[in-house]
Amino acid sequence: MDQALKELGKYVQDTLGDAVTGTTMRLGELSIEINRDDVLKIIKFLRDDVNCQFLTLLDVCGVDYPEDDERFEIVYHMLSMTHNNRIRIKLRTDEDTPVASVTSLFSSANWWEREIWDLFGVAFIDHPDLRRILTDYGFEGHPLRKDFPLTGYVEVRYDDAQKRIVYEPVKLTQEFRSFDFLSPWEGVQRMLPGDEKAEDATKEVAK
Amino acid sequence: MAEIKNYNINFGPQHPAAHGVLRLVLEMDGEVIERADPHIGLLHRGTEKLIEHKTYVQSIGYFDRLDYSSPQCQEHAFALATEKLLGIGVPARGQAIRVLYAEIGRLLNHLMNISAFAMDVGAMTPMLWSFEHREKLMVFCERACGARMHMHYFRPGGVAMDVQQELLDDIYAWCPSFLDILDDTETLLTENRIFKQRTVNIGVIDAEQCQDWGFTGANLRASGVAWDLRKSQPYDGYEKYDFQIPVGKNGDCYDRYLIRMLEMRESIKIIRQVIDNMPIGPAKSIDHKVTPPSRTDMKHSMEALIHHFKLYTEGFKVPAGETYTAVEAPKGEFGVYLISDGSNKPYRCKIRAPGFASLQATEFISKGHMLADIVANIGSVDVVFGEVDR
Repeated sequence: MDQALKELGKYVQDTLGDAVTGTTMRLGELSIEINRDDVLKIIKFLRDDVNCQFLTLLDVCGVDYPEDDERFEIVYHMLSMTHNNRIRIKLRTDEDTPVASVTSLFSSANWWEREIWDLFGVAFIDHPDLRRILTDYGFEGHPLRKDFPLTGYVEVRYDDAQKRIVYEPVKLTQEFRSFDFLSPWEGVQRMLPGDEKAEDATKEVAK
Repeated sequence: MAEIKNYNINFGPQHPAAHGVLRLVLEMDGEVIERADPHIGLLHRGTEKLIEHKTYVQSIGYFDRLDYSSPQCQEHAFALATEKLLGIGVPARGQAIRVLYAEIGRLLNHLMNISAFAMDVGAMTPMLWSFEHREKLMVFCERACGARMHMHYFRPGGVAMDVQQELLDDIYAWCPSFLDILDDTETLLTENRIFKQRTVNIGVIDAEQCQDWGFTGANLRASGVAWDLRKSQPYDGYEKYDFQIPVGKNGDCYDRYLIRMLEMRESIKIIRQVIDNMPIGPAKSIDHKVTPPSRTDMKHSMEALIHHFKLYTEGFKVPAGETYTAVEAPKGEFGVYLISDGSNKPYRCKIRAPGFASLQATEFISKGHMLADIVANIGSVDVVFGEVDR
């Protein structure tokens, strides 16, 4: 099965040329990285080509790598029931650059793209109905971004005087505890705070 | 003549036939549905965000709470994904126990779904009968791990604790009584005139449309596609068991019901085979960097004590990498896309819930049907909002 997937990766790479920027095969799973602008072309090829026949789009999801320039990765998982294999397609984008919607090729992409818009804030061009889907009506922010705090910004409570639900800034009775689990013999740097001054001092003396 | 206008109906989120917290905005032309806009997310708890802040073993609990009618199968997907990244195997007994409880999960789910579906279209009795057996199954879960519903039982490397032989014997002895109740339920529903009027040729979807809408599992098989991950991409030794994959013809609500009824019989077949061939040996991996040591070991081995302490504070570290691992959950393909950055917490864990895709197609399969049929459609595609909203 691994061999067949490897050959498939090579075939896709050879046929699509520059549109595919890389193929990797790890843990028995094939993933290809593609240019953002070619997404429609590639998904269509993978669906219609007789050697691929990835007729089911199983999932579209986002991943956030805030330290990168193009911080969001959009990942498509496709399944071919004819050949009994799977493929993963990855592309990169940032906050401002929208990605072409694949709703015209797969109806199922509709909600998954809405979900990415909702949770990551990546927009999709030509999406028929790009509304929020999972979060509350009137929610602000994109909660699955790494810079969005786990607790969120607002909390709700029923206000007896106003007879309705009110939103308030979140108040934590106990600070959120994030433990550093690095073992002392694995994680700690040799340099103690203040040691760098000593180095500077020796340099000064050397001069 | 007065002008006739379409009007909008708000269905749910508190409607008993909404299977939880679905809010549907329906545009009606008289009694006929013109447009259906499901509003989901009323049960959104930020599971994926929470998992990014928890260790791998702590995350398992969240999987129980996705599709709360069959928690076992979801734990299974997460355990398999973690094992794949860790590169560890599971002892044969651990695998067999997992298969046993995954099939019990399938029974729990189908019992709940069929009876709730039957009640949606007007049959009361199946609900009462099947909940009696759900109760018995939950007792089996309780006897294995102490929890009735949210088992937290499938761990990376095996299962949390071994099962007793008496429990296996009791499950085996229970099987015939369950088959009887399936026969009784079938006499109530399968040829029932009202039930057939409400389900046959309602919500028809063909194989091609199923793939377009991302259907998997029983919904897909009802449309005539023989596809089951337990056969096509077997995991945890499913290839060792002899069972059939029922496949439908018409892809309507009635076929989806029939497929689930037949699947339950196949599950019983698997359960019997698992118990007949239950291997002996450890139920979880003996790699104590991943699975906790036994209580007795901890009393006299310093190393075991250290392993226990490290596992329950820091957790284990998972090598950097990514995997998409899927299992055949009762509702369809349940996938976990897990990215590890080499630390003790997942970097990203995307949950591919089968119900999300099925619910999305509600408008497609309900368009042009009567208002009462939308209840049958939602019931037959089998959605639970725990997993749709995550």
